[in-house]
Amino acid sequence: MTTKPRLRALLALFGVLVLTLGLAACGSDDSDDETGDGNGGSASAEAIVASPDNEDVSLTIGSKNFTEQIVLGEIYAQALSAAGYDVETDLNLGSEQIALQALENGAVDAYPEYTSTALTSFFELPAQDVPKDVDQAYEDTRAQLADLGLTAFAPTPFTSANAVGLLRETAEEYDLETISDLEGVSEELTLNGSPECRQRVDCLLGLQRDYGLEFAEFNPVDIGLRYQVLDNGTADLSILFTTDAQLAGGESEYVLLEDDQEVFPPGNVMMIASEESVEQAGPDFKSTVELVQGDLTEEVMQELNARVDVDQQTPAQTAREYLEESGYIE
Amino acid sequence: MIGSEIATVAGLAPIAGVPGAFLGAFGDAIQFILQPQEARSGGVEVGGPAQVLELTADHLELTLLALAMSVAIGLPAGLLLGHRGTGELLAVGIGNAGRAIPELALIAFMAAAIGTGVLNVTIALAVLGIPPILTNTFVAMRQVDRPTVDAARGIGMTELQVIGKIELPMAVPTIMSGVRTATVNIVATATIAPLAGVLTLGDLILSRNVYGDAGVLAGAILVALLALALDSLLAAGQRRMTSRGLRLARQAT
Repeated sequence: MTTKPRLRALLALFGVLVLTLGLAACGSDDSDDETGDGNGGSASAEAIVASPDNEDVSLTIGSKNFTEQIVLGEIYAQALSAAGYDVETDLNLGSEQIALQALENGAVDAYPEYTSTALTSFFELPAQDVPKDVDQAYEDTRAQLADLGLTAFAPTPFTSANAVGLLRETAEEYDLETISDLEGVSEELTLNGSPECRQRVDCLLGLQRDYGLEFAEFNPVDIGLRYQVLDNGTADLSILFTTDAQLAGGESEYVLLEDDQEVFPPGNVMMIASEESVEQAGPDFKSTVELVQGDLTEEVMQELNARVDVDQQTPAQTAREYLEESGYIE
Repeated sequence: MIGSEIATVAGLAPIAGVPGAFLGAFGDAIQFILQPQEARSGGVEVGGPAQVLELTADHLELTLLALAMSVAIGLPAGLLLGHRGTGELLAVGIGNAGRAIPELALIAFMAAAIGTGVLNVTIALAVLGIPPILTNTFVAMRQVDRPTVDAARGIGMTELQVIGKIELPMAVPTIMSGVRTATVNIVATATIAPLAGVLTLGDLILSRNVYGDAGVLAGAILVALLALALDSLLAAGQRRMTSRGLRLARQAT
């Protein structure tokens, strides 16, 4: 009679194992596309061709620690893999300082960085001196990175910048399209932003000095709460990012005010890589990266971010969809 | 600063660089406190005694509010449960669970759930301050000398008198120890209050791009000093509130 309980236990364990394997198999199925119908990428874009020269080269692609960065890292990694490279990823590294360290000590061969972040954080350029012109900002960054032995590839079409955002209904109520429209109205409105924003000339101070706006209140909050404070009415205005997932789709309930006085500096993404990696990898490294980022506009980035943050898809899945829908990968 | 200059002159860059750099960073932090300077992101002056004092005062105010709320809730609850001898699982369990709470997650969660602003952050901080006070009060009351309590009842004291005149005075050292733990917890966690709408010394640490590394270190030093100062104050208060008899008994053992 003592064998029966043991047999039952073994059967139960076996059952659990089968169930677990079954669930794991189910979990890897592709999930359906729920937001929008494709991202507008041109299906006639050049497909990536794998070159046998690249097979001996191994590349590690890194990224910083938020959704947009991880999606970008996946896009580049999968594209380079399609070009025949032996690619590994080391995404979600941390802040820009940590990512730069990883790049400099060879833990990663490349990662995507913003021009504005590189200028202000790596090269200590005061925020007010960051060029508002995209090309100038890229040129300055590229030159200074070269001094560090790092190569910057061409910048993406999209720019990720801070922006003043609000609920669509609020914008309609006060008839607001640009930040300058806030003149005369801002005294009644509460603005929320990151703690840093309070004392930056490319944030609150710029709004006060360059636009001449006074707000009823400025409250510092974690950037993770930037939409919540609009939703629960704590703030009328909030500092958002131009490529946020919540802005995706034509009829988002949030709108951004146009920065007509150019207070917020532009932040285009450029892949930065060590010079050795670029030499070893051959020309396909740069050309593949610059090819696949060609369709990354603000709207597309919002859509991709939404697929991860709102639809709960994995970044890898989302990157694959982008590459396939744009025609870079069959 | 001075430390790094010495290191350079001595030509021992790699070896002396580390302590030299540390001294240099410390010196920069002190200078940040004493003298206003241009923000790392440019365009505005930060640092200096006025700003630092204002942030310290805000930090202290938030701490005291949260501590008051913690004591107001934790102390009576601990006294009641400890006097009755019930709810040990609850009182001690809350204390242990309280130690495990990740502060950043708590502030973020509460900011999302109950909103931002002084009252909401005070409540969030009180959640951190209540467990040590509740647990220590409960344990202190249970450890009061039983024969003394019986004797008090024997001479006709009411339950409230027993609590007030016998148990509480004898429980003071352990209770105050709980209050001190709660205070340090609250001072430390008030550092992240700027993420939930309340400016404190934490802004110096969180906004590194504005205040620079000097500011971050200055903020950390000031928070630590504030915690030490409050703890010393409470320790002195504890000594004054402990009856002579207890103090002598402790010295004897």
